[in-house]
Amino acid sequence: MANNTTHTTEYKVLARVLLVLMFFTFLTISVTAYHLAAFSVTVALLIASVKGFFVLTYFMHLKYESTLLRILVAMIFVLYAVIILITFIDYAFR
Amino acid sequence: MSEKVKYIEVHRDDEAAKLGMWLFIFTELLLFGGLFLVYSVFRAKYPANFHEGSLELSVTIGAINTIALLFSSMTIAMALTAMQKNNKKLAMQLIAITLLMATVFLFNKYIEWSAKFEHGLYPGSPLMPHLDRGHLLYFSLYFFMTGLHALHIIVGMVLLSICFFRVRNGGIHSKKYVQLENGALYWHLVDLIWIFLFPLLYLIT
Repeated sequence: MANNTTHTTEYKVLARVLLVLMFFTFLTISVTAYHLAAFSVTVALLIASVKGFFVLTYFMHLKYESTLLRILVAMIFVLYAVIILITFIDYAFR
Repeated sequence: MSEKVKYIEVHRDDEAAKLGMWLFIFTELLLFGGLFLVYSVFRAKYPANFHEGSLELSVTIGAINTIALLFSSMTIAMALTAMQKNNKKLAMQLIAITLLMATVFLFNKYIEWSAKFEHGLYPGSPLMPHLDRGHLLYFSLYFFMTGLHALHIIVGMVLLSICFFRVRNGGIHSKKYVQLENGALYWHLVDLIWIFLFPLLYLIT
């Protein structure tokens, strides 16, 4: 019965998401031409995160999933951010 | 009457099946997360070596592979849409295109790795211990991360091939498609990981 609520994503929407992802791929390659030095990692990760957000939201249907699942996914990324933060604090003050 | 009996016999919980798949995906994210963590620490320590290492990789091949994976991610998502709309033939074609894109990805990876092998760069090669520490770490991480990712591509191809045959023989249909949905989720995970691998390994400035 649960699958009655399943959302069907239209082909058009998926094609548009692909175009957005292609645009960001092009963007992430072209920004490497400008030597942003310390910011290059930040910019690369920022663009990758935006792309990841689109994949999770539309391709992986998170937009139409239950709040519980969306919170769980968000918590995994929060957990990972905390792990990175702790590691780098340890690394910086060693 | 027979309808009713059938309904009682079949126990299904698609929500639980999907939740289980997501829990597995979480473990996969943390597995690659650990590798990204090692990568970040050593990149911060040896930025020049990592930059030089990345220059050895072909951005063109990396970009083609990125596009192939993004495209395949769309086609598998479309395959699910087609299945939900009861368009069996289109769903099978879209899964086939996804598998084709996966093959393109692996073929490019083969070309990339062969070029490295020819230059004596492979895990455990006699050349590797003589590299600078930063180079050694970069190439070890490069082989381990792309190797583990390629392994996931192969597993994804096996899962999607099973889905292809299950769609063909009617095991997956417009009222029961959670297996295809989970197979697609796995494929999107592989795409998601590559989205982060590509800029971190190929585009270091």
